[in-house]
Amino acid sequence: MSGYRLSSGGRVDRSRALSFSFDGAGYQGFAGDTLASALVASGVTLFGRSFKYHRPRGLLATGVEEPNALVSVDRGPARVTPNVRAPQVSLHEGLVAESQNRWPSLKFDVVSINDRFSALFPAGFYNKTFMWPRSAWEKLYEPVIRRLAGLGDSPVTRDPDHYDATYAHCEVLVVGGGIAGIEAALEAAKMGSRVILIDEQDELGGAALADPALWSTLDALTAQLFAADNITVLTRTTAFGYYHQNFVGASQQLTDHLAPSEAQGPREKLWRIRAGEVVLAQGAIERPLVFNGNDVPGVMLASAGRTLALRYGVAVGRAVVIMAAHDSGWRDALALIEAGVHVAAIVDIRTVVPADLADAARAAGIALHLGSAITAVAGRHAVKGVTVAAGGTGPAHKIACDAVLMAGGWTPSVHLWSQAKGSLVWNEAWGTYLPGKPQEKCRVVGAGAGAWHFGSGAITSVLPNSLPVSRQKAFVDFQNDVKARDIQLAVQEGFRSIEHIKRYTTNGMATDQGKTSNLNALQIASGVLGRPVTEIGLTTFRPPYTPQTFGALMGHHKDALFQPVRKSVIDDWATAQGAVFENVANWRRARYFPKGGEDMDAAVARECRAVRQSVGIFDASTLGKIEVVGPDAAEFLNRMYTNPWKALQPGRCRYGLLLREDGFITDDGVSARMADDRFHLTTTTGGAPRVLGMMEDYLQTEWSDLDVWLTSTTEQWAVIALQGPRARDVIASLVGGIDLSPEAFPHMAVREGTIAGVPTRLFRVSFTGELGFEINVPASEGRKVWEAIFDAGQPYGITPYGTETMHVLRAEKGFIIVGQDTDGTMTPGDMGLDWAVGKKKPDFVGKRSLARPEMTRKGRKQFIGLLTEDPQELLEEGAQVVTNPDAPIPVPMIGHVTSSYHSATLGRTIALAVIADGRARIGETIFVPMADKVIRAKVTAPMFYDPEGSRLND
Amino acid sequence: MILIHCPYCEEDRPEVEFTYGGEAHIARPLDPSALTDSEWEGYLYIRSNTRGLHAERWRHAHGCARFFNAVRDTVSDRFEVTYKTGEARPAKITQTGGAA
Repeated sequence: MSGYRLSSGGRVDRSRALSFSFDGAGYQGFAGDTLASALVASGVTLFGRSFKYHRPRGLLATGVEEPNALVSVDRGPARVTPNVRAPQVSLHEGLVAESQNRWPSLKFDVVSINDRFSALFPAGFYNKTFMWPRSAWEKLYEPVIRRLAGLGDSPVTRDPDHYDATYAHCEVLVVGGGIAGIEAALEAAKMGSRVILIDEQDELGGAALADPALWSTLDALTAQLFAADNITVLTRTTAFGYYHQNFVGASQQLTDHLAPSEAQGPREKLWRIRAGEVVLAQGAIERPLVFNGNDVPGVMLASAGRTLALRYGVAVGRAVVIMAAHDSGWRDALALIEAGVHVAAIVDIRTVVPADLADAARAAGIALHLGSAITAVAGRHAVKGVTVAAGGTGPAHKIACDAVLMAGGWTPSVHLWSQAKGSLVWNEAWGTYLPGKPQEKCRVVGAGAGAWHFGSGAITSVLPNSLPVSRQKAFVDFQNDVKARDIQLAVQEGFRSIEHIKRYTTNGMATDQGKTSNLNALQIASGVLGRPVTEIGLTTFRPPYTPQTFGALMGHHKDALFQPVRKSVIDDWATAQGAVFENVANWRRARYFPKGGEDMDAAVARECRAVRQSVGIFDASTLGKIEVVGPDAAEFLNRMYTNPWKALQPGRCRYGLLLREDGFITDDGVSARMADDRFHLTTTTGGAPRVLGMMEDYLQTEWSDLDVWLTSTTEQWAVIALQGPRARDVIASLVGGIDLSPEAFPHMAVREGTIAGVPTRLFRVSFTGELGFEINVPASEGRKVWEAIFDAGQPYGITPYGTETMHVLRAEKGFIIVGQDTDGTMTPGDMGLDWAVGKKKPDFVGKRSLARPEMTRKGRKQFIGLLTEDPQELLEEGAQVVTNPDAPIPVPMIGHVTSSYHSATLGRTIALAVIADGRARIGETIFVPMADKVIRAKVTAPMFYDPEGSRLND
Repeated sequence: MILIHCPYCEEDRPEVEFTYGGEAHIARPLDPSALTDSEWEGYLYIRSNTRGLHAERWRHAHGCARFFNAVRDTVSDRFEVTYKTGEARPAKITQTGGAA
């Protein structure tokens, strides 16, 4: 027990005591405390176990840079947040927190045995050890490593909280609410700008919160801030990412600082802020010193000791030793004395320090050890004392103490600046990188810009010690357990770039992103390599600056709002009929309509029989539709599609095949000429936006000579496919103004009239091989017409069918589905669709590519049918086809199965495939090797039913 | 999230409204059948893959739906200028650039 609450001082409200628990034990703190300050005040030194060696770790810092004190905060079932930094957890009544990465308890952790054998865990340990056998990775290494070297556990249940999100725009965004940030915000507000000021802490003030002399100034400034009506102040808000053109992502905590019973509304809010100018006022982070024993609980940053005392009224110990390389440590020592904390000694690596500081320290009764270094720290769970040696290697003596504060100088927080691609300039005097030239309209103010108020210091690497570095427990990256010797080792093993050293040692990785370790690692690597720091490089700063919850990033985009589901106007009807649905290109489509406990196969067989024998009704509303209008409409389609369009008469339809310019099939669909200057195009369900975009591209950028307009009408038309020998009978009584007789209205014709009193574009087309109609009506009337047809069809046993039956019926006829039977490498010739290519046309999209040697060579895959020798054997879609299953591995594959179904009509299975020289193989037997057997099948033409097409011309 | 200036709408709009359309100023040959295989390959597949200022096509897909051209720095992702389809690539682009 070392820390304690000072009798006075700090900004905590001593009249409001709060109870909380840590690892099951009860504690008390005050309003205004953080979990960290309240625990230190209660004498707790042990906050966590380190990542790799499971070394006991205490608090290092009082801000976002804290690497050790990662805890899980438990706000009830499914509301456990792991890896939260204790100094960033605002205390509230009833707070429940747990330490992490220890078992069975923080004080007695079994895995800390790793630490005894730390010589076995050098840099690159994982890379070197867990290499072979490869099979052991999945079963042995990964699970073990995950268990042993983990951070906190994520909850496994669904997050019950919800998260808000908003966009904001301002002329000036200020990140950081210290005095520099507040002044920048006030200045911008005076110019009349809209200003947003964000700060990650509960209260504004930044470093000034640990400086009572500035509190009255701070109060005056914040009063002005809140009085200005053009400044929005967001506290508990972290700017975690800085993106192009001053687009900043920030997350605001709304309820985590409240007791769960008081928390209402969204938990966090994600702000996407677009700013004219960004002012970064993020301050600087103090640098630890690298010396033997610097991770014993009770060794922390001097700035943390100062903040605990002056902001929270907490002494870090009863006898404090300062290990300094920088003047700021001396100022902190004097501030601690003034606050009533006993400072036993100041050890400074420098032999000369500013006289005023030395005099003041002496006057305060502090023992001074100049030109000296701490060479060892006694204690395991808490500091018991230090060994100090002159020059690090000279005569040593021990000092009893229970806390050590490190003052290693300051590192400006340049994370966001670097994310915005601002340049960094090495400053030799300060031993750090400072912001240079901006890429965006952005500037840095305050300590982050190197506007120091801390004095000067010495730039250090590992502090001198008579022990070799390899035998010191001198940590550089506390969170990732990287020691000075690991960086030395990495360099000795040949790593030269800091990017490589980072990945080999894990320095600066993970949630910490090197906030306290980057510069020390650079200095050590520079020393070992004997090259200046600037030649070693600097690792890339990446968002997020601090870990963010997935919930905040996701916001409202979950469940039904994750991806919009498009529903046709028949969807409700299908739902009421008990349809099973599938999603096709964001559309929800009825897949089949099971009756009386049918499974899919039974339902599909029944639906197929109904269509072949009588009549079936199918919702085809999702088909893409484009209205092509203008004097040059036919010329335009002639250039786009492989088919000739100019001779197509109004009132007639044509199957159109669309290629990309590289000659491969990209879409198809039946289109109708409604008038000389008007076409009703259809595309595949998934292809509609792509086809429209492609057509617009040619129209706008290549063929501006054409007078044509394209309009997407996909959602304007409901399309009811009525298919089967009784289809005409069903609609006969409903249709007005159209002669339905086969002579007047043949296959592939279109007529305009009415159906059930609703205007319709009635297509006589078939994707099933039966007599069929596709009835286009305005979407608003779709449900009404559907029900009228369904009623009229009752005498014929009209049967609703879904996409699965549609697939089977078209496969029986060998009609392709683009994207299933084709894969982006198939030409019209490959698919047996040469008949759809206008040979006499001088040009169309993709024509020139069809003449390339590759497109006409022998051996290209061709579309064929497959009939298995066992008529009930169902091939697997995607299965590979071979000619000789006994050939040595790798067996040459000649193609694959693209579609495969049970055909109720044929009483057997059928399949479609693309195989090399397929059409020349018709009649041959091929083989489909599966895991447990080899399936034999005969190659056929891709047409299993009514090859003459007599049924659809009925 | 980049802001892109649509030269038709004359507005800076977020990039989610736009789709990318590949390198600009590659006209489709008027008579593809007159081209050798190698010339057709050049039109179809060969692109400059520029490091630096790159003229490219964009479409304001969720806005006016028009295609237009842009000069973008492929290193910094900065749009130097955008201009209408059919206009020549601006001869000189200053580094400060900005909207057309």
